[in-house]
Amino acid sequence: MYDLAVIGGGPAGLAAAYSAYEKGLRNIVILERDKELGGILNQCIHNGFGLHRFKEELSGPEYAHRYIEMVQDTSVEVKLDTMVIEITPDKKIFINSPSGYECIEAKSIVLSMGCRERTRGAISIPGTRPSGVFTAGAAQRYLNMEGLMAGKRVVILGSGDIGLIMARRMTLEGAKVLACVEVMPYSGGLTRNIVQCLNDFDIPLYLSHTVTDIRGDKRLEGLTVMKVDENRRPIPGTEMEFDCDTLLLSVGLIPENELTRGAGIEMDPRTNGAYVFENMETSIEGVFACGNVVHVHDLVDFVSDESARAGAAAAEYVQNGAVKGDVIRLQNGADVGYTVPQKIHRDTKADKIDIFFRVRSVFGKSQVIVSAGDTEIQVFKRPYMAPGEMQHIVIAADKLKGYDTITVTAKEA
Amino acid sequence: MYDVAIIGCGVIGSSIAYRLSRFNLKTVVLEKENDVAMGATRANSAIIHAGYDPAEGTLMAKLNVRSVELTKDLCQKLSVPYAQIGSLVLAFSDEESAHVQRLYERGIANGVPGLKVLTYAETKAIEPNIADNVTCALYAPTAAVINPWEYALALAEVAVVNGVELRLEAAVEAISKTDNGYVITAGGKTIETKYIINAAGTEAGMIHDMALPHTFDILPNKGEYYLLDKSEGTRTNHVVFQCPSKVGKGVLVSPTVHGNLIVGPNAVDCEAGDTSTSAEDLAFVRSMAVKSIPSIDFRQNIRNFAGVRPNSTVDDFIIKAHDGFFDVAGIKSPGLASAAGIAEYVENLMQDNGVVLAEKAEYTDTREQPRFKEMTHEERAAIVAENPLFGRVICRCETITEGEIIDAIHRPIIPRTVDAIKRRCCAGMGRCQGGFCGPRVVEILARELGCSRQDIDKDKTGSYIVRKRED
Repeated sequence: MYDLAVIGGGPAGLAAAYSAYEKGLRNIVILERDKELGGILNQCIHNGFGLHRFKEELSGPEYAHRYIEMVQDTSVEVKLDTMVIEITPDKKIFINSPSGYECIEAKSIVLSMGCRERTRGAISIPGTRPSGVFTAGAAQRYLNMEGLMAGKRVVILGSGDIGLIMARRMTLEGAKVLACVEVMPYSGGLTRNIVQCLNDFDIPLYLSHTVTDIRGDKRLEGLTVMKVDENRRPIPGTEMEFDCDTLLLSVGLIPENELTRGAGIEMDPRTNGAYVFENMETSIEGVFACGNVVHVHDLVDFVSDESARAGAAAAEYVQNGAVKGDVIRLQNGADVGYTVPQKIHRDTKADKIDIFFRVRSVFGKSQVIVSAGDTEIQVFKRPYMAPGEMQHIVIAADKLKGYDTITVTAKEA
Repeated sequence: MYDVAIIGCGVIGSSIAYRLSRFNLKTVVLEKENDVAMGATRANSAIIHAGYDPAEGTLMAKLNVRSVELTKDLCQKLSVPYAQIGSLVLAFSDEESAHVQRLYERGIANGVPGLKVLTYAETKAIEPNIADNVTCALYAPTAAVINPWEYALALAEVAVVNGVELRLEAAVEAISKTDNGYVITAGGKTIETKYIINAAGTEAGMIHDMALPHTFDILPNKGEYYLLDKSEGTRTNHVVFQCPSKVGKGVLVSPTVHGNLIVGPNAVDCEAGDTSTSAEDLAFVRSMAVKSIPSIDFRQNIRNFAGVRPNSTVDDFIIKAHDGFFDVAGIKSPGLASAAGIAEYVENLMQDNGVVLAEKAEYTDTREQPRFKEMTHEERAAIVAENPLFGRVICRCETITEGEIIDAIHRPIIPRTVDAIKRRCCAGMGRCQGGFCGPRVVEILARELGCSRQDIDKDKTGSYIVRKRED
């Protein structure tokens, strides 16, 4: 029996496994379905990774490599080309790989399966169904891993970071990126990516617009873009026609939690991830979750931090048992979409609590208020907040311990 | 010289090919697309209707009811996913309650077994998510859901194993009568045949007119759908229909045989081959569906699609013989549900028209298909030990292994496109819609077929996926 099984060898799983090892666990296995470790970072060949974690600007593969090397110097076992088929509530894990289908058991589990991209179906774009409609990540894989181009005349729907990165990447490879189209009145990506990937290449960004028709019987031949009203409904008379062979979708990411649901773990409909405590424990004792499988992050640096906490907590669980007792609940107040964690153990040994959340609209100079009922516990000032940029506050655990329910609210200053 | 040329390899053409493959006949199937089941068969509600809907005395009524048992039996023989989940027709007013009563009576007249009219409470007890204003419902326990394209594919596959020749990308361009049969030009080649079976779906009118005087028109009519994630697949337990009304036939809500939820269709006249969807039509489908099941979570949608019904100017299926030319045309709904009976009927019609049907000494009528996901833990361990390719999951959402994909590629009807793989083993059918497995399926296809990844199409010929960077 393993002390810890880590499901997924991307940045979250690597950081969790390494951290658990540092805390003294020795019998750890990482289960990775791909043929190498690193997860989606392997296809993210642009730079900008690691500014917080390593104080350096690394590419995705370089960032992954740092962690892979760290893990390689430990006794952590890595099973590649191995897919977890099922996890049971009593921590049996059914795995499938060319070397066999088997059941393994672990005292603790870290879920770090990452996320997947929303597709055309998720947003019901009407029209025909030709080839040439890709999620941005699939096009990125073709280009950066396989050396193949998704197309030559490109429209990008959604201003999520992968879409923005791909606008620049496709342009550098000789494609003509005609437009980036975003249904919301603000971008879904990081400001730095808007500047470096669109503005620097004169790619127009159409906010409050969407794709309303797709044409082409075999390959994509063209599409219609329309302006939308405040209810995101297309406004007649605003049609723009694009002659293109490729549509890339960057319309959101969804945590990949089929295994989590299968194990009967409680899910938060706001994040599409598991409900977690401050130590990243889920509703099943000894099962932890971290990274994009819990909530979608913007920066891998924060995935690593969060996952290190999950790994350390798994070690603590194996060595000293579960944290029991009373629970403090976190809830999202006005203009906040969710919080992670959603629950805090009142008896937590942590001195400070990291709270992550996203706001629901764009804020200028603003405040984040942590309160309990009418009591303001702490106020954090922010110069700017947007839904595309995950917010992070750190609060002393002692300040929260006297309350049952904590609310996180955002408002203009 | 062929004995029989079947034009069209949808579920009708393949059902007929399957039956005829038992006989000593030289048979060819001419299909204009690059795979079988590319028309109405690939995009429909995927339901084996119980048979209470068609008017008494029609071929539709007779063949639909006859096919219910035949289809169940065939799906078992051919390892085709099939689930007899029963259907409900909901009524929402006194007028509709009267309609449900009429359907019940018609069903009895058509010979549909097990029909019952249920009260609201009885309906709610077996279908808890129905709307509160349901007045009553017709329950038909024999209705089933199946995988229609795999059904057609399995039938065609067995036909090919038995010696039937399948020509893909062989669109019929001309037909002329000779003294002892017909000459067909298809895909640039000429063949001679004694008999023709016209199972050309939405093109059947055009094919008929190449050989015979004009007698009917095909009126293509489009139906649009939502396909929702498996997380919505238990929203209903049965196929849930509505009564026809002024605004149309009503849309259905049903679990699919794969465990998704299907919602649709509407009915819009269109050109043959127009499978586009529109925002207005999809909004209509949504608004109709929530009348039956208000709690459907459309945010779980994974795909919209449309299929084209080969409606016709005749109020029944058109199955007629004229001088060795057999029309099997206007096979509108319940066409899929009637396919098995139609093929049997056509066989008898051929015999009545002097076609000699002598059974072969040896033939097969069954087929196996490995399905990793449906295996027990022990079966999985055994198959991976035997063939390590089953140890590599390619499609994460549907748990489809490389072993299943390779098996599909080396079957009698070779899939050459990503969608052809999807139709054979469900890779790419899940919630990520091929986002993850698409590139890997392209790689496997290129490797197994000995071509480059740029040569692999998504669907129809010309629907290329990727280009070389330097191109």
